[in-house]
Amino acid sequence: MNESTLILTLFAAIGLGTPLVFGTIGEIITERAGNLNLGVQGMMLVGAVAGFWATYNTESLLLGVIIAMIAGSLFSVIHAFASVTLRVSQIVSGLALTIFGTGLSSFLGEAGSEPLVGEPSKATFEPILEGGLADIPVIGPLIFGHDILVYISWLTVAAASFYLFRTRMGLSLRAVGEDPASAESAGVNVSRVRYIHIMIGGALSGIAGAYYSLALVPTWQNEPIGAAGWIAIALVILASWRPWRALFAAYLFGAAERVQFTLQTMGEPWSNVPSSLLAMLPFILAIIAMIVLTSGKRARFLGAPAALGLPYFREQR
Amino acid sequence: MADHADTLAVEFRNIDKAFYGVKANDNVNFELRRGEVHALLGENGAGKSTLCSILAGLYRPDAGEFLYEGKPTVFKTPKDALAAGVGMVYQHFRLVSNLTVAENLALGHPKLGIRISQSELEEEARQLGDEYGLPVDPSARVWQLSVGEQQRVEILKLLYRNAKVLILDEPTAVLTPQEAQQLFKTMRQMAEEGRSVIFVSHKLHEVKQVSDRVTVLRQGTTVGGADTADAEPRDLARMMVGRDLELPTRDENLDIGGPMLTVDSLRVDGDRGLEAVRGVTFEVNAGEVLGICGVSGNGQRELAYGLVGLRIPTSGTVHLDGEDVTNLTVADRIDKGFAYVPQSRLGMGLAPGLTTEDNLGLKAYRKPPYSNGPMLAAGVFKEKGGQWITEYDIRGVRPGLPIRLLSGGNLQKALLAREVELQPKALIARSPTRGLDVGATEAVRNLVLAERAKGTAVLLISEDLDELLALSDRVLVLYEGQVAGRMPADEATPERLGLLMAGQKEEAI
Repeated sequence: MNESTLILTLFAAIGLGTPLVFGTIGEIITERAGNLNLGVQGMMLVGAVAGFWATYNTESLLLGVIIAMIAGSLFSVIHAFASVTLRVSQIVSGLALTIFGTGLSSFLGEAGSEPLVGEPSKATFEPILEGGLADIPVIGPLIFGHDILVYISWLTVAAASFYLFRTRMGLSLRAVGEDPASAESAGVNVSRVRYIHIMIGGALSGIAGAYYSLALVPTWQNEPIGAAGWIAIALVILASWRPWRALFAAYLFGAAERVQFTLQTMGEPWSNVPSSLLAMLPFILAIIAMIVLTSGKRARFLGAPAALGLPYFREQR
Repeated sequence: MADHADTLAVEFRNIDKAFYGVKANDNVNFELRRGEVHALLGENGAGKSTLCSILAGLYRPDAGEFLYEGKPTVFKTPKDALAAGVGMVYQHFRLVSNLTVAENLALGHPKLGIRISQSELEEEARQLGDEYGLPVDPSARVWQLSVGEQQRVEILKLLYRNAKVLILDEPTAVLTPQEAQQLFKTMRQMAEEGRSVIFVSHKLHEVKQVSDRVTVLRQGTTVGGADTADAEPRDLARMMVGRDLELPTRDENLDIGGPMLTVDSLRVDGDRGLEAVRGVTFEVNAGEVLGICGVSGNGQRELAYGLVGLRIPTSGTVHLDGEDVTNLTVADRIDKGFAYVPQSRLGMGLAPGLTTEDNLGLKAYRKPPYSNGPMLAAGVFKEKGGQWITEYDIRGVRPGLPIRLLSGGNLQKALLAREVELQPKALIARSPTRGLDVGATEAVRNLVLAERAKGTAVLLISEDLDELLALSDRVLVLYEGQVAGRMPADEATPERLGLLMAGQKEEAI
């Protein structure tokens, strides 16, 4: 592997990893509030189709992203209402959200007299700098060669980390995720905190979906995101609920994705390996990384929120 | 009216509160003055906690009037109550154990800005602690603190918000006698500053010592009140229980046999990988009760786990009736004759969702007559279960309904019935009467004493010193996972045990 292949791989890893960064950060924020939302896949798909539709009709990328965020966030309210207000099992409610979102995005892509399916996007995200800084060897493309959403994803990671650990709301949110009864008796509104952060998770998933339909594969097709929603949920564990680790976990996965694409095109001996086996590589890597990083003694330092997945009843005796 | 509002912080008139049709508060009247320590005295289940929870905004009353500083008030949430100046220290602390002390103080505090600074928070927490004699390291995470320290954090939390009414729900239950004395000083200091303190307790000598006035609750209603100075402990006790009462104690004339349970240099790890039991040696003879005391979190839990096989010791040995059981599994140890009454009845002791009969068969089910190979004999569960329910006076059992609907006392009787019916050689019981009313306490104590009379080696692990001294033949004090002292029960006093529990060396006493 020569230098340019390495840089290409890293560059692609950042691109492929970016939607995972958004999705993982969103789920970290939701889970830190004690709510496990397995609807990430559904929220991403709804964001993908909504963002694509908005840009298709307005030719505005900004509007596309905003609509994707709003759509993902509103869609997540279904899960919030079911799991926080009605106290349905979070697992059941999240899975329902994924099933519903998958169907809804396919339906919206094919509905109407002029269906979206097969249509190319009217605008796509492009690198913001041509030449200049982006031409510096190695660090040029890796740092300056991306589209705007990559930079926004970095800002999101920094903002999420600051929010979680340095602000009053972040403290309330972590407390609600660890011990809702204690948080409530300290005057924190548990339901409101959970609603807000489920919706923030939904909004970030929405951007993640839009990144697929407006940047990575800017033609509408059914389920353009692959299994990204599920990967994001796994990456939360790999990142042990910490934003900066999520960035690296997402890029690690992006790199694995890129490597398997590259292997498929490298000819002998790789062409003898069925492509479906190579396509499994990133997932196998994710599983191995998860086992190695989270097993045994390390599990104690993982930092899973103690109340994750538990509905909260105040007058329970 | 102005005078009235000036002296009364809280007034409850004819308060009712029911849970699922059961009245927890029934026509309760209560007045709290400014600048007093007011004891709320009553049995478990008398409605003290419910009353306090209404005041703290956790529950809302079904009926009755609640005046705060002279004005009719409803606290919809704990947040409302806190904002008005009413805060509570619950028996089960409301601290987020993964956060630091300072973060717990800051949590939900309305006056903090958006950004929070750890170092400023810690400085404030330290100053407040010094001022009120509540020292605690503000940068420590709550799970690293002892129970006594966690309680200080709870009180600091309220002082940090400048609470005017502080409710302390059985605060001394988790403290050594010396720590309790320090707490009483802090309580007096708070009262002198014009704050009102509600001190919930069922220990008469503490009420007598620290409070200005006392209100007694029984079965959900107020049965009386008095200035503490005028109240005779005997009268208070009768008001509280409704009858004269003598709890069972051990019969000192019974013979004690030879060593049954022998533990040598036992070491067991804690949850976080640190050693929790650090080389403990003792033996319990047949027909003897050995009481283990210590402030909670000094290795009692891990010691019990190591003995019954829930956690395999890292080194040392356990012998039962001369046989080495150190590395046996839980099931094998049950077969050898271990019985275990864990601290949490519904968490570890019983399966909450199964019926009482099924729970009673839960240890014997592997063998005939309960099962025949893979098949369970449902009839035997019903028959034996029914028999024991009568024999052990387990009340409230309804056919087909889960055991979790029983009261604490009946749960404990069911649990003990199952363990005792195994005809164990050694019975390990942790805080068996914790949270039970007097009647149930009496029944449970009698069951434990009956085992002793049958020649079982009983290891009683408890934080209730009065109970330990009433039931044990010998007492052993655990401090930081090691034996801090041991003595015959006749030579032990709460004060002497308290010093050992706090880590003082025997010579220094």
